[in-house]
Amino acid sequence: MSIKGKAYIVGAFEHPDRVIPDRSVAQIHAENTVGVLADAGLRLSDIDGLFVVGGGGMLPIVMADYLGLNTLRYLDGTAVGGSSPVYHIGHAAVAIAEGKCNVALVTLANRPRSEQVPRSANTSPEAAFEMVYGTSTLGMYALAAQRHMYEFGTTSEQLAWVKVAASEHAQYNPRALLQKPVTVDDVLNSPMLSDPLHRLDCCVVTDGGGAVIVASAEVARQVNRPMVKIMGHGEAPKHLNNGRIDLTYTGARWSGPRAFSEAGVAPTDIDYASIYDSFTITVVETIEDLGFCEKGKGGQFVADGGLRARGGRLPVNTDGGGLCNNHPGMGGMMKVLEGVRQVRSEAHAEVQVADCELALVHGTGGSLGTRMASATLILGVEDA
Amino acid sequence: MAAVTERVLPAPAPNVLPEVKPFWDATAEGRLVLPQCVECQTLVWYPRPFCPACGSLKVEWIQASGQGSVYSFTVNRRGQADLAAYRDAGVYVLAYVELDEGPRIMTNIVDCSPDEVRIGQRVEVVFHDTGQGSALPRFRPAATA
Repeated sequence: MSIKGKAYIVGAFEHPDRVIPDRSVAQIHAENTVGVLADAGLRLSDIDGLFVVGGGGMLPIVMADYLGLNTLRYLDGTAVGGSSPVYHIGHAAVAIAEGKCNVALVTLANRPRSEQVPRSANTSPEAAFEMVYGTSTLGMYALAAQRHMYEFGTTSEQLAWVKVAASEHAQYNPRALLQKPVTVDDVLNSPMLSDPLHRLDCCVVTDGGGAVIVASAEVARQVNRPMVKIMGHGEAPKHLNNGRIDLTYTGARWSGPRAFSEAGVAPTDIDYASIYDSFTITVVETIEDLGFCEKGKGGQFVADGGLRARGGRLPVNTDGGGLCNNHPGMGGMMKVLEGVRQVRSEAHAEVQVADCELALVHGTGGSLGTRMASATLILGVEDA
Repeated sequence: MAAVTERVLPAPAPNVLPEVKPFWDATAEGRLVLPQCVECQTLVWYPRPFCPACGSLKVEWIQASGQGSVYSFTVNRRGQADLAAYRDAGVYVLAYVELDEGPRIMTNIVDCSPDEVRIGQRVEVVFHDTGQGSALPRFRPAATA
């Protein structure tokens, strides 16, 4: 079975706030829901599938209750970190293609900026062999960056270009947390946090979230919004491989070809890409693994404005990305939203890709190259 | 047998799951052991009595050489670790060491300046007592580097 052409993104909403000290995660989900239904022109009672991440307890039923969804036929709460929403959209498309639901709400909410929850002693089986050594998300990504530099000669200057392009795009996004363009030198002169990653190699931390509605072709034709077709989806976890770990590549090596194959397109066909950017190195490894350039050449690909909306080799993260705009813990949703804007031709005029017919969205969850979940989604205009 | 030396970094006690107690018991004696599949002889990492190569539930614990080389490292200067025990740890080196037996394992590089650590550097195991019946295997530059 293929999902190609069976499901569409008919509504999209990015929560406008970046700091939310006064409402809960559940309430942010509710605000997402109101926002995305308004965008799609649908009603709460139309929703018959719920895909949700962010929040505690038995989240899917907690949110079904909170939102008062009485006709749910499909529930999914797959939680694999930042790529979770990209997983959810693929799963929603499958459910719709199989007739299990028609209108799926996919929502992410999180408050990592306001809610400083200390990580307690972790009972996960690997924790005793990792966390006791002072791990952090930053440290795990730094280990990957260091090895990538060692094997391929990737430089800090090249990584900095990822941030530079994101910051140049963010100046056109009035909601972006960081709107000031930065230079390569600004990145290199920012404090070294965990070698080789500087402060400006890291994404922002925000509260908020966003949502999309995935619906059947029949529903998509009824709503008064541009058609955004789900062309293909691929997902792949990558893990320690029994201690034979290789930090220089990601699960995108597998999720990408699956998505391209289902969509029937190639990397050279892609007009715009949202690439998960928790750190600059995340983008470099992912671009290689998705086949936009040869393995090990990602640094050269992103350098000298390679990711700019105007004149770049591949326009990437035109909303400013997680590096500048918005990263509420699980930023895969933001990646989808800018992909939708580009396909709808609703991105800011300064960063809108002309004739954008095919957009790729890639989510990265977990620790880069270590224990992670990759998901690739390809979106297209109706006749793509 | 490597000596159990004085701690130089915080040595938080691991949460010892019952099936990997032999690993941690050995560390308390200054020994690094690895689970090896009884059926197909694959070395398993991280430790668990399950072989990802063949699906066997039977492992035996074999003595590792304690020798290896640095696969990757990062000098944590300002990053905040997941564990509160590291809040005042200062600058430290988080690393993956490739054991001579094959597995690449997470650890710290100690007993040297963080700025001297290099990928490929030869290292040997030391043990830092957690005070709770276990010791953390860490690595220092090899004496015969």
